Amino acid sequence: MSLRRPRRRKVRSLRVAEALTGVAFVAPAVLVIVGLGIFPAAWAGLLSLQKWNGFNQPRFVGTDNFSRMASDTDLISAVTHSLVFTALFVPASVVLGLLLAVALNRRIRFIGLYRTAIFVPFVASAAVTGLVSNYVFNPEVGVVNNLFRVLRLPQQGWLEDPQQAMTVIVVMSLWGQLGFVTVVYLAALQNVDASCVEAAQVDGANAVQCFRHITIPQVMPVTVFVVIWQTIQAIQLFDLVYTTTRGGPIGSTTTLVYYLWQQAFRELNFGYGSAIAWVLFVVTMGLTLLLVALSRRQGSEQAA
Amino acid sequence: MTTRGETRQEQRRGHRRQLPFSPWHLLLAPVAVLFAFPFVQMIMVSFMPRADINRLPPRFLPSSVTLDGYRGLLDRSDVLHWLLNTVIVSTVAVGSNVVLCSLAGYGFARLRFPGRTMGFLAILGTIMVPIQLLMIPTYVMFARLHLLNSLAALIVPWLATAFGVFLMRQFFLSVPRELEEAGLLDGASRLQILWRIVLPLARPSLMTLAIFTLVGSWNDLIWPVIAISDDHLYTLQIGLANFQGARRTEWSLLMAGNVVAVLPLLVGFLIAQKHFLATMSLSGLKG
Repeated sequence: MSLRRPRRRKVRSLRVAEALTGVAFVAPAVLVIVGLGIFPAAWAGLLSLQKWNGFNQPRFVGTDNFSRMASDTDLISAVTHSLVFTALFVPASVVLGLLLAVALNRRIRFIGLYRTAIFVPFVASAAVTGLVSNYVFNPEVGVVNNLFRVLRLPQQGWLEDPQQAMTVIVVMSLWGQLGFVTVVYLAALQNVDASCVEAAQVDGANAVQCFRHITIPQVMPVTVFVVIWQTIQAIQLFDLVYTTTRGGPIGSTTTLVYYLWQQAFRELNFGYGSAIAWVLFVVTMGLTLLLVALSRRQGSEQAA
Repeated sequence: MTTRGETRQEQRRGHRRQLPFSPWHLLLAPVAVLFAFPFVQMIMVSFMPRADINRLPPRFLPSSVTLDGYRGLLDRSDVLHWLLNTVIVSTVAVGSNVVLCSLAGYGFARLRFPGRTMGFLAILGTIMVPIQLLMIPTYVMFARLHLLNSLAALIVPWLATAFGVFLMRQFFLSVPRELEEAGLLDGASRLQILWRIVLPLARPSLMTLAIFTLVGSWNDLIWPVIAISDDHLYTLQIGLANFQGARRTEWSLLMAGNVVAVLPLLVGFLIAQKHFLATMSLSGLKG
């Protein structure tokens, strides 16, 4: 007894010391991340029930901000623009990303050069991409219209044309983000079962058949991740709009998040902005969970 | 597809069509040119005299190399301030992330303390929360703390990232405990063990974290747009984005600004491509 007691006390004091060390180690990061990641989200929930411009006394308005959304035609057209962007951007980035990954997944000459060229836009910011877009698609000096001139095609307005501006933003977003999708797929292709492909080739399957029936199913989990990820990115598009069209011409590229930013920081509708942000968050989460559930079900059907 | 299967196939095709190289070049070469083109043109235009740009058709290579664009940028914008601000923000962000995320990652991976699971789940939870939901309350909060329109406003959100804590924790979990036990028996403190034994093994993860933080903080746009109104405090990104609106047609000047904004990351990418690719494939986890 007299021997064990001090020892137990020592064990306990060691535990206390470890706990103190642990708290001290994690506290600064937890404070920053949770303080700026969860606390403001809850506060946004409170703000969404208020009418407030940041200066006056906030006024509690219940769910007015949410019912206002249904009749806000500008919001509805912003949502439409975001959906159009998503519908163009997500399938294109997934399909092209997979094709590029397949093309890059081989040992041929210059492959390192090709990879570098395709991945390097990863470092280009939205400001850089935006300025480059403004130049390349400039109706007078831009290379695209000059190419059209050489080919005797009619000149286009591109970012200055309400019909075309969104397409240009899709193209430039692809330029900036295809590298990411390609890298993710390239990693997945390393895990595609080689013996399976070889067996299929022995059985006389051609490259397209192998791709369709072996590669695509095997990278399916990655596809689910990429689709979810790119959809979230697409719904949250702001930067490239800010650095190219600022929502124009005639509002044709005002996306949901650009509209949210305008409402909050131009019109100073903090309450209404928070309500939009909450709906955006809930819809994004719902969509993500739905995609995960769908892919799970499909996966189990394939296994069965 | 396997290399063996491929070569066989390529031989077959080569035989049939007498193509002296892999047909994949026909796809990859144009695509690579297309992807590299904007960067090349950006650099070319930044060194061009005005006459080269405004003639029809515009030249691709400058007729003579001039620094007028860079000179004009220096004269008519605060680009040096913007560069300095960006360097300060990114340096502090990278340094702070490396330190705080290593400490927190190690704490969550190895030490037992009350609230460990809750704390870690809270951090993971923030990965799901988008900036759009946070920006209004954060703006109000920073206004009350008198942090708006200062470099501190740009630095504080980048002091530690959920991605970084998660990344480091996952790495520390993979380190065998035996390595640390010898140190513990010798009476070394946890901090000493982390610094002397564990962190030297974590170099690849630290590199990924540093690149992720560098690219993220260097290229951040929406938060500086919200938090900064004084153009002396702009970062390169917001400075360029707003400068562009005012000088729509002075392309060599604008492209010079672009080169300044992207060159540090571009050079970094070309030097440490392997690490950048690792970061890219992991950055899907960011918030």
